[in-house]
Amino acid sequence: MLGYILRRLAATIPVMLIVAVLVFLMLRLTPSDPAAIIAGDNANTEQVEDIRRRLGLDQPILTQFVIWMSEILRGNLGESFFFKKQVVELIADRIEPTLSLALFTILIAILVAVPLGTLAAYRHGTWIDRFVMGFSVLGFSVPVFVVGYLLIYVFAIELNWLPVQGYQRFSTGVGGWAQRLILPSLTLSVIYVALIARITRTSVLEVMNEDYIRAARAKGQTEGKVLVRHALANAAVPIVTVIGLGIALLIGGVVVTESVYTIPGLGRLTVDAVLARDYPTIQAVILLFSLVYVIINLLVDLAYTFFDPRIRY
Amino acid sequence: MRMSDRLPVLSIDGLSVRLPTGSDRLHAVDNIALSVGPGEIVCVVGESGSGKSVTAQAVMGLLPRELKADAGNILLEGENILGCSPMQLRRLRGKRMSMIFQEPMTALNPVMTVGSQIAEVLEIHTTLSERERRKRVLDMMSAVHLPEPSRLINAYPHQISGGQRQRIMIASALALDPALLIADEPTTALDVTTQAQILRLIREMQERRGTGVLFITHDFGVVAEIAHRVVVMQAGRVVESGTRDEILQRPKAAYTRMLLAAVPSLDAPDRAPKSGPVALATERLSKTYGLGLGMSHAVRAAENVDLMVRRGETVGIVGESGSGKSTVARCIVRLIQPTSGAIRIGDVDVAQLPESRLRTYRRHVQIVFQDPFRSLNPRRTVGASIIEGPVNFGLGRKQATDRARELMQLVGLPPEALSRYPHQFSGGQRQRIAIARALAMEPQLLIADEAVSALDVSVQAQVLKVLDDVRRRFDLAVLFITHDLRVASQICDRIAVMLRGVIVEQGPTADVFRNPRHEYTRALFDAAPGRMTQFGAFAVST
Amino acid sequence: MTIDALQTESPGVASGSRPAGVWATSVRNRGVVAGALFVLFIAAIGVLAPLLGTLDPAEINPAFRNKKPGMERTMRADDGTETRMVHRFGTDTLGRDVYSRTLYGARVSLLIGVTVAVISVFVGLVVGLIAGYVRWLDGFIMRIMDGLMAIPAILLAMGVVSLTRGAGLLAVIIAIVIPEIPRVVRLVRSIVLSIREEPYVEAAITVGTPTVLLLIRHVLPNTVAPLIVQGTFICASAILIEAILSFLGIGIPSETPTWGNIMAEGRSLFRVYPHNIFYPGVFLALTILAINMLGDGLRDALDPRFAKRL
Repeated sequence: MLGYILRRLAATIPVMLIVAVLVFLMLRLTPSDPAAIIAGDNANTEQVEDIRRRLGLDQPILTQFVIWMSEILRGNLGESFFFKKQVVELIADRIEPTLSLALFTILIAILVAVPLGTLAAYRHGTWIDRFVMGFSVLGFSVPVFVVGYLLIYVFAIELNWLPVQGYQRFSTGVGGWAQRLILPSLTLSVIYVALIARITRTSVLEVMNEDYIRAARAKGQTEGKVLVRHALANAAVPIVTVIGLGIALLIGGVVVTESVYTIPGLGRLTVDAVLARDYPTIQAVILLFSLVYVIINLLVDLAYTFFDPRIRY
Repeated sequence: MRMSDRLPVLSIDGLSVRLPTGSDRLHAVDNIALSVGPGEIVCVVGESGSGKSVTAQAVMGLLPRELKADAGNILLEGENILGCSPMQLRRLRGKRMSMIFQEPMTALNPVMTVGSQIAEVLEIHTTLSERERRKRVLDMMSAVHLPEPSRLINAYPHQISGGQRQRIMIASALALDPALLIADEPTTALDVTTQAQILRLIREMQERRGTGVLFITHDFGVVAEIAHRVVVMQAGRVVESGTRDEILQRPKAAYTRMLLAAVPSLDAPDRAPKSGPVALATERLSKTYGLGLGMSHAVRAAENVDLMVRRGETVGIVGESGSGKSTVARCIVRLIQPTSGAIRIGDVDVAQLPESRLRTYRRHVQIVFQDPFRSLNPRRTVGASIIEGPVNFGLGRKQATDRARELMQLVGLPPEALSRYPHQFSGGQRQRIAIARALAMEPQLLIADEAVSALDVSVQAQVLKVLDDVRRRFDLAVLFITHDLRVASQICDRIAVMLRGVIVEQGPTADVFRNPRHEYTRALFDAAPGRMTQFGAFAVST
Repeated sequence: MTIDALQTESPGVASGSRPAGVWATSVRNRGVVAGALFVLFIAAIGVLAPLLGTLDPAEINPAFRNKKPGMERTMRADDGTETRMVHRFGTDTLGRDVYSRTLYGARVSLLIGVTVAVISVFVGLVVGLIAGYVRWLDGFIMRIMDGLMAIPAILLAMGVVSLTRGAGLLAVIIAIVIPEIPRVVRLVRSIVLSIREEPYVEAAITVGTPTVLLLIRHVLPNTVAPLIVQGTFICASAILIEAILSFLGIGIPSETPTWGNIMAEGRSLFRVYPHNIFYPGVFLALTILAINMLGDGLRDALDPRFAKRL
């Protein structure tokens, strides 16, 4: 068991290393001069040269990578050109809203989607099934920001039930914090619900054709228990897999949702950094989000052993 | 027909099950009648599509949604199952009737311990406490002769063997002493030695408890071993029914006679030794898997295999699953590269030849695979598949097609069929096409890797005849891989018996069958179902 | 970044299917028909935009800023003739006609969707075939793909866009293609690996078929149906990502009428003038919906394993 954990852990290192190389090369592989890109359109030659020296861009590329990498591993993500601050501080500042939003969303999505998908599979071919499938296709198709503005329009402007935009720190009061998270989380959960409901339906449907489902019925088991104990338990692995993979969607959605609701989180930071061509920040945010994504999928892999006794090396 | 003096456990009368519109026939099961008395084993025997499994599902009330029973009665101890509500059915299932399945691996929930799957029946139908349940489960596990029940009770299905899994299924099915047990091909997926043990177990359990058994099978060997009475089905109808001896020794219906005549005998005839030139010789052929990095232990799939096949000779490799017989076949056609040893085709050792130099030799060795549904490319016409090889070696398309037409006739198919797609053919016809494709290469050696194992017994007989004809006609060397002793005894001049990657015994078929020397060979023959029965003794061979 | 997450989970190896009959099934599938018709409709709108009573989508008119939908306006041409026209969808903060911009926006969206789908399917097919058939390259290629897939698609696209000065159409297309490629590669590779194991491919090896022919004859045809389906989903995904990038203000320059740009324009005054976001939003959502329905339907028709269940 421990061996399995260590092996899986070790397997994520090359992936992260490749991500680091890609993020590093991104700036170096552009046809134009990275120093000039960083300096911006109004910089003169001297300023460009200065940046080149400061970033070590005059060194051989391998040396640059080693220096860059060792700084990152030491926790130094560089200084933001735009915000004039250490990137680490910037990120630390922005983590709370993003984390709150993401956790709220995941919670809503799983609680809604898994029962919905299971029901659709069980009532396969009926109107419930068609409704869930329809919602799922719709959820994939309506862009996050359209959903966002629709919800704002209905619940904040027309009905005036919830605040329009903004974020309140957790420390200033749970009520305000939660109240301002409801709409963004609902917005963000639409696509995630679509994804999870769909995979739940597909996997449960697949499992329902298995012999052990027939065997359970042949024992006189009730349909409810056949569904939960036999079908859902066996469909769990693909479902958690997609929940893990869906984190990529969620991260993309966070960027947009934070912009719609003007939440000062990491997503908003990313957009600002891209607009300002603040490369140290862009690189740091990409690395961070990828790391989170990889780690969550590592956890999902480890969760397999809990859901399926066959997976145990 | 012998009627039981007591009330039958199961009595089916006039049952019809309708197929969805657009099927090849109207009813999956058409106006059938049969009954099972207490303590009686009734075998329903038939080929694929005969409706025997649908009958079993109808009794359990577990018909797939598309199928509907539209006439007749199914009486379980006098209660009509077709009139039961879902709730009433649920109370009957597991308690008064239960079922075991063909694949014990897929019939057990992989994420639940086997103990809790037996306990599930008790949980549903009794008010026993958890401790009492556990005790009953342990008792049941001992009753089906599982070793160390207190340890196995916490095992997951993947941690135990196939035979043990089927024992778990039986324990769970009989936990509440049902009046009726339905066994749907319960030993088909098992190796022959395990099959014998499970058959013995089913017999022992039902005798002790007086259970009536409806036993679905396609295998007359199994019928001979276990049946009290037999019902023969064909295309959804009951063709004939009677006691075991009536059906096996004095069958009335032509269909039954044909089926029985197609069962190969276990008596291997004496055959004159073949003296043609050697087509294939392997020397110390070995294949080891898992020598790569990170593999904790190596698996020796085949070890020091010495084989020799002459032109005009059929050599069989028999063995159970995992014995390495298919590995040997795949090494010889060089779909995989052997770890060591020699494979001589004529004078050349091809064991380690690189792909570029293999090509000339490939045409000398051809193979026919087991699965008729996957061995032809579904997107290409049969003709395209057959001429692919010859065209690769420079034959003109026109000549290749002419030759393909001849070959189609040779394997008993109309030459016009060359322009059709594989899905338009039955399993047996596809195997004939695969043989034609192999023959198109004009090989010296033909390997048949379980080539008839997926076929119904009547079709099997026809394909075997085709194989034997072409062997004679082209003076082919044939390497015949099979798990079926009956088939091996009838077609092979010599056989080699494999166990865990090693040939344990080799010799002329008649000698090996009459005087098996190795302990494993003896066990294998002892386990062959129906070995005491001579099938088709009544019929004139065609 | 849309449904293809699921698609990669279940590589549709339609080994039992037959080429004939597929189109018949597709036509019988309501999703395919409805989706295809709507996509054609949007394409027609994009192509015929100049004939549909539109103005120059880039024309700024300070006098007619922020007008609500249905607002009438009289235009005086240079020669003094007057024409009356209605701002069906209103105008934006610069006085541009939202109706015209929305219709022209269809061009950019479909262009990007189709281009991205074609490029990523083609590149992914080639790389996937190599990874699936050239064993010593497989590990290397797949590690790179793993790395690319570890970066969430939108972030990767944003990163690429940030490297170019004033992102143009080409930069946006490249930025969207890069994250899509690894998904296609994985799909193709998994098909190649499973088809290699098929007895009919093994039979072809034993009759001496050269590797290149083996790939073309027996492997490639099995990738066509899944790639058509995958390509459809990529098309939808690309349109969505382009809209997101434009909406965030980092996509195609804001004077080009794209649905994302129109909505970006309307963000600040959304509470007062929701029409700037509403109309292009509806077009965008319906178009993506239609393409996804088309993809779903095609998958049902092309992959018998799914078709049986639905």
